[in-house]
Amino acid sequence: MGCQLDIFFLEAILNGLLLAGLLALLALGLNLVFGVIDVVWICYAELVMVGMYGINYAYKGGVPFLLAAVIGIILVALAGALLHLLVIRPVLDTPPNNQLLVTGGVLFLLQAAATMAFGIDFRNLGIRLGSVSVFDMNFAMARIITFAVALAAMLGLWLFLRRTYMGTAIRAIAQDRQIMPLMGVDSRRLYLVTSAIGGGLAGLAAALMVLQYDIYPQIGLQFGPLIFMICVLGGLGSMIGGFVAAFIISQFIAVGSSCFHTEWGYAVAFLFFMLAIFIRPQGLFGGKG
Amino acid sequence: MSLARFKPAAILGLGAVAALPLAVHVLFPGSERYYLHLLIQILLWSFIYTGWSLMGRFGLTSLGHGAFTGIGAYSTVLLWNFLGLTPWLGIPLGVLLATVVGLLVGYPCFRFRITGHYFALLTLALTEFVRLCIVGLRDYTGGSLGTQPTRHGDGLSLYAVQFEPDRVLAYYIAFALWVLGLYVWLRVDRSMDRYALDAASQDEDAAASVGIDVTREKLKITALSAGMCALGGAIFAQYQMYIGPDTIAGLGLSLNIVFAVISGGMWVLLGPTVGAVFTQVLAEGLRVLIQGSETLKWLLGSSALSLDQMIYGLLLVLFIIYMPRGILGTLLAWRQRRRAPTKAP
Repeated sequence: MGCQLDIFFLEAILNGLLLAGLLALLALGLNLVFGVIDVVWICYAELVMVGMYGINYAYKGGVPFLLAAVIGIILVALAGALLHLLVIRPVLDTPPNNQLLVTGGVLFLLQAAATMAFGIDFRNLGIRLGSVSVFDMNFAMARIITFAVALAAMLGLWLFLRRTYMGTAIRAIAQDRQIMPLMGVDSRRLYLVTSAIGGGLAGLAAALMVLQYDIYPQIGLQFGPLIFMICVLGGLGSMIGGFVAAFIISQFIAVGSSCFHTEWGYAVAFLFFMLAIFIRPQGLFGGKG
Repeated sequence: MSLARFKPAAILGLGAVAALPLAVHVLFPGSERYYLHLLIQILLWSFIYTGWSLMGRFGLTSLGHGAFTGIGAYSTVLLWNFLGLTPWLGIPLGVLLATVVGLLVGYPCFRFRITGHYFALLTLALTEFVRLCIVGLRDYTGGSLGTQPTRHGDGLSLYAVQFEPDRVLAYYIAFALWVLGLYVWLRVDRSMDRYALDAASQDEDAAASVGIDVTREKLKITALSAGMCALGGAIFAQYQMYIGPDTIAGLGLSLNIVFAVISGGMWVLLGPTVGAVFTQVLAEGLRVLIQGSETLKWLLGSSALSLDQMIYGLLLVLFIIYMPRGILGTLLAWRQRRRAPTKAP
């Protein structure tokens, strides 16, 4: 092992860059929900897991992959809306910790339900997209596609928030929760739409992840903490911040993993995160502090 | 307050819990070990839950206590396995290490007013960091498979603090720990710090403006809470004679702690204990039910093991929405409401 400044090191850095796209996409949905509704979905990665299983079953059932991906996105968007209706709405006016913990219950529920329904074995779609070679470096095609789609999704969300009436309303309510209802805006509906979009983004991430990762009920525990870390580091609710933080964290993971064992890449990333938060508690781009 | 009225009941209660092994001996002569195991688990977890509730009741919702139990358990076992250091020294060192980690993470958090979501997510990162370190140090810790303390002789040793074969002894060790937890809780409850922390959890600026050193108060309670959880984790390791990163550390454990305390009641003395009884009995009850019924076994197959987790999750959601005070908290409030009119002068 050990670090050497050779072509493999460059490969690790570039792969980290590709990973950053996926992580940024994962952080995007969570950030949107937090920024607008002021709620952290601890079970966000579990929603992704639900989407992955949904796509897996649709694809194995003979549905072409792209259609299966759309089904997955719709499925998780519905799950997000349902989560808001059944779980978040009743506790919206209680202390913020309750909202966080209540989704922790959903985390248990989804994880255990997945274990019961699908067993603990790893599943794979079996789609092989091959890889691209540049010089001596190999990049999985799936990662490149993921990166591109993630960027496109972020651009799409940005355009939606900037250019549409609904998007403007969502931005407005994120800025002032008290005033908007007085202006005749139906905040309940906006929250519901936001939750569905947040879920849809989780579904999109799921569609990209099934190309790269095996599916198993505990996959949420692997990605969940990482996503929260990125969101907090970037400043909860700040989408640009989440984007930048995803790139920083993924470099720690990629370089750390290539130099040492995989866990150490993650461990160093978490350590860096804690130190960074102490220096800048509101996150890199957080304004609310 | 009504300390005098409270005391006989308390002594009676403690006596009853202390006499439980006798009751088990009389009632279940065949499966004594199994029922004692259940009781020991309940008492040990009650202690850990009580440790968490010290912080939780003041709005410091930590998801980092899985890290503290893990540090306590792993320090003790690794010091014993690799340096031959007796747990009599290993456990205090583990507790000290966890306390220091708690303070190191706590100080900047409290100094910079990291609260609410941020505090929960930051402590979650701590849990993840400790779990990853445990897995990463696999040459010593056995990685994700976990490890065992080296048995000293026949597994019953004062020097090595190993007591697993003697369930009655283990019960009284757990019992002593549980009583210690309740004592600490009461001491905190009757101290000035409690009022300071209550004030700080309501409004930090107002508390600071009347001269409360909020950072210092929060650090004190964090040190206490982290130390208790580390002690609980260490004793748990000595009893189970096995530790794994997911059984004694990690996010799942942190959430389990939080859930159990919420279900029992975060703001009352015996809330965490009720939470421990509730969660353990639920898990065991479901297991026995499924094992005993052929249809259920056939229906659920091997996935039956997750059924209790699923019900946990569902109940956690329901508890937070409809019963945020927990089982005991709700019962006590209900009783108080019924009594109130008769007690009024």
